[in-house]
Amino acid sequence: MFVLETKDLTYTYGAGTPFQKTAVDHVSFGIEKGEFLGIIGHTGSGKSTLIQTLNGLLRPTSGSVLLKGKDIWAEPKKIRSVRFQVGMVFQYPEHQLFEETVLKDICFGPGNMGLGTEESEARARQAAKFVGLDEDLLNQSPFELSGGQKRRAAIAGVIAMDPDVLILDEPTAGLDPQGRDRLLEQISQYHKVRGSTVVLVSHSMEDIARYADRVLVMNKGKAVMLDTTEHVFARGRELEGMGLRVPQITSILLYLQEKGYPVHPVLTVDEAVEELRPLLKKGRVQHGS
Amino acid sequence: MDYLTCDQVKFSYETGENGESHEVLHGVSLGIRKGEFVALLGHNGSGKSTLAKHFNAMLLPSGGKVYVDGLDTMDESLKIEIRRRVGLVLQNPDNQLIASVVEEDVAFGPENLGIAPPEIRRRVDDALKAVEMYDYRLNAPYKLSGGQKQRVAIAGIIAMQPDCIVLDEPTAMLDPRGRTEVLDTIHKLNREKGITIVLITHYMDEAVGADRVVVMDDGKILTQGTPREVFSQVQLLKNHQLDVPQATELVWRLRSEGYDLPDCVLDIGECVDALEPLLKSSSGDSYVCP
Repeated sequence: MFVLETKDLTYTYGAGTPFQKTAVDHVSFGIEKGEFLGIIGHTGSGKSTLIQTLNGLLRPTSGSVLLKGKDIWAEPKKIRSVRFQVGMVFQYPEHQLFEETVLKDICFGPGNMGLGTEESEARARQAAKFVGLDEDLLNQSPFELSGGQKRRAAIAGVIAMDPDVLILDEPTAGLDPQGRDRLLEQISQYHKVRGSTVVLVSHSMEDIARYADRVLVMNKGKAVMLDTTEHVFARGRELEGMGLRVPQITSILLYLQEKGYPVHPVLTVDEAVEELRPLLKKGRVQHGS
Repeated sequence: MDYLTCDQVKFSYETGENGESHEVLHGVSLGIRKGEFVALLGHNGSGKSTLAKHFNAMLLPSGGKVYVDGLDTMDESLKIEIRRRVGLVLQNPDNQLIASVVEEDVAFGPENLGIAPPEIRRRVDDALKAVEMYDYRLNAPYKLSGGQKQRVAIAGIIAMQPDCIVLDEPTAMLDPRGRTEVLDTIHKLNREKGITIVLITHYMDEAVGADRVVVMDDGKILTQGTPREVFSQVQLLKNHQLDVPQATELVWRLRSEGYDLPDCVLDIGECVDALEPLLKSSSGDSYVCP
């Protein structure tokens, strides 16, 4: 069974006004429990609107969102509990830090769920560990942290609610390659250890390629592809037509494939080396490097 | 003579109340020629943004000298002259646009310079055409995409007719299409108007198109040269946790396994061309570096 599922989901901004715009157009898809799903699509493709319907921040114009088989809007008064179960990390989440200490900030979510201080703090400390925040930072003001640490603190605040599904919207935007790799590695670790479901929205095809099991492609409000990451990126030329890219390494192998060489459009440099090695001519020349 | 000159530049941020300071630039010397396109690479904390802010006197060196077109940035009376020559574009377009109409935003800079209205009109139109945003001149900035906003921010700089534009990670917040739009615009300004460009970026593929790449690490210049010279030093860059383009890395990995591949590959096309002659079913000649 899907942990989260949409059925014929449509969301229209400004319905009934001259500015009416359908951002999500009859989208049906399901997220498997425990999977790492990537969502890609260029700006304006509807992916941000889509994820906001998934935790009930936006109410669908038509169609439905099912959480563990149950329509999240069946009882609108209980929508708040959906937001604990589907945790959302927005873009630049560090802008939302506000408490006196990092620990208090991370405890804010669990506190809202009605958990006591002790339980909240225990969860907060564990969440901080997942995102790699040092114990001694927890009593500092969040505003004394570096940009990358602030972002980790904000993500820990959502993880501390122990959501069934964790949705991250561009979590690495503005981080340098080192910070990006470290953060994604930690999210991946969290995914593995907790076995929780993770949805990653990203412009970085390299990141999606490295971490996602499956990829949903949004274009003009519609879900146009949903498949394993390998299969989606193998359709690189179609993605380019939608203003998306594929990882550079995949593109290289796609070119070789188009030229008739028997290669698969793999996703990482490591895989590409394995893919190419058996095809390369022997009679190596040793470089004196 | 170089247009931008850094001579043994040191810079320290004040950290504590009791005058403690933390030095982030440890004596950087660098010259940038007029009309050159320079990419400045390095990870967070390497000092690249701090260095860039010295190019229009946003920051002043705590040791050494910075000259812009021969003008000493330490001379307070030259500050306006320096800022007319060197414009700065920042990462977040939303922090740079202030007016409610695109063309008014672009006019803000020249208005501040006290330029006559008919001339402002001409400059605004030219600047918007140069970044291909003329059709949006009457739109509201907040309705534009990130890439479009960033191009409007660049138009606002161009309208001041600077000799040089320094861009501090202008594409970090943009989607792939927005990144391409902004990069194409920067290259066009460099090529057609001869504007000197200093592009600070995390993205190695953006640096590949530059005339020169300067890699910063720990407040010093780690290495510099043409993109080909810099990216051929894969091991050095990796030792400093810097990425190289995937095309470069693939060829480097296979080369280090002993396959006869060149060390000059920068992009997808070159990578394919370099690999093809080595593939068993092909009979092409081996690749020669450009």
